[in-house]
Amino acid sequence: MHELSIVASIVDSVTESIAAWPGARVVEVRLRVGALAAVVEDSLQFCFGIATEGTALDGARLVVKTLPVVMYCGHCAAEVQLAGVQSFRCPRCGEPAGDLRHGRELEIEAIEIEDAPDRAEAAAEVME
Amino acid sequence: MTTRIVELRQGILKKNDELARGLRERFTAAGVLVLNLVSSPGTGKTAFLERTLRELIARGSRAAALVGDLETDNDARRLAASGAPVRQINTHGICHLEAEMISKHLDGWDLAGLDYLFIENVGNLVCPSSYDLGEKIRVALLSVTEGEDKPLKYPTLFNSADAAVITKIDIAEACSFNRELALGNIGEIRPGIRIFETSAKTGAGIEEWLDYLKAGR
Repeated sequence: MHELSIVASIVDSVTESIAAWPGARVVEVRLRVGALAAVVEDSLQFCFGIATEGTALDGARLVVKTLPVVMYCGHCAAEVQLAGVQSFRCPRCGEPAGDLRHGRELEIEAIEIEDAPDRAEAAAEVME
Repeated sequence: MTTRIVELRQGILKKNDELARGLRERFTAAGVLVLNLVSSPGTGKTAFLERTLRELIARGSRAAALVGDLETDNDARRLAASGAPVRQINTHGICHLEAEMISKHLDGWDLAGLDYLFIENVGNLVCPSSYDLGEKIRVALLSVTEGEDKPLKYPTLFNSADAAVITKIDIAEACSFNRELALGNIGEIRPGIRIFETSAKTGAGIEEWLDYLKAGR
């Protein structure tokens, strides 16, 4: 159950990232999570609701994109995608595949933010 | 209401990863081989490490250990009986060790005066796999009492390990341990991984393990 630690890191990183836009509110946080990252989405969602309370991320949606495991198969000389994490063999030739290329990602891909109301008006006036 | 998308593309555990990178550079510069031992609670990490430390010290090697647990310093006291410098890290509820905890507990230790530093992680097969501690070798341990399918149930950890250690082989028969199945499952999750079959009690497999440590330096 280290999802709470992970979510706390997300809140810290996002809060730092939006420092340039005072008063901005985060509407959505998009994550890229590899199938081998050892995190459970339900648990992330649950912790996210708690850890974001009273922060600029309060009420934001958490969108998790799960990425497959990709290995390099020396035998086929190609990157191959595994169907699951129960067998690390090339799905094409059946040879064991030990060279992991993707699948451990644990990243914040992007955030969607909404400017503070007064700043949004100011921006609109400038536009006019 | 207008919103906008800000691309971040950053690792969630960036701070831990940066600290771990710094630690790894420090360990390499000091010439100390650092290992991170990970398993379930009850696998016998401490008994295996006790034996390892005792054997290394008897051979004139300089070894130290950091040991992580939620509470108590019982393991540190057990390990310190080997004569090695040992420090306990109490995480008070956190289910894994992080690079910052390692960094804080190295104060005052002369790393260049060590050949080996063992980090015994908190007993847990899930969370420690996400946290780099700056180690060179990650060791996944599995005891004969746990079931041969443990690697299939916890692929994230076994796939990230550099070596696997099977413990308590002295009681394998009493547990009806299926050796071929266990070795096959480890190999299925981490093809080509080096596997040691050991008993801290009888010393089986320990020589081979010590040779591996020596070669890792």
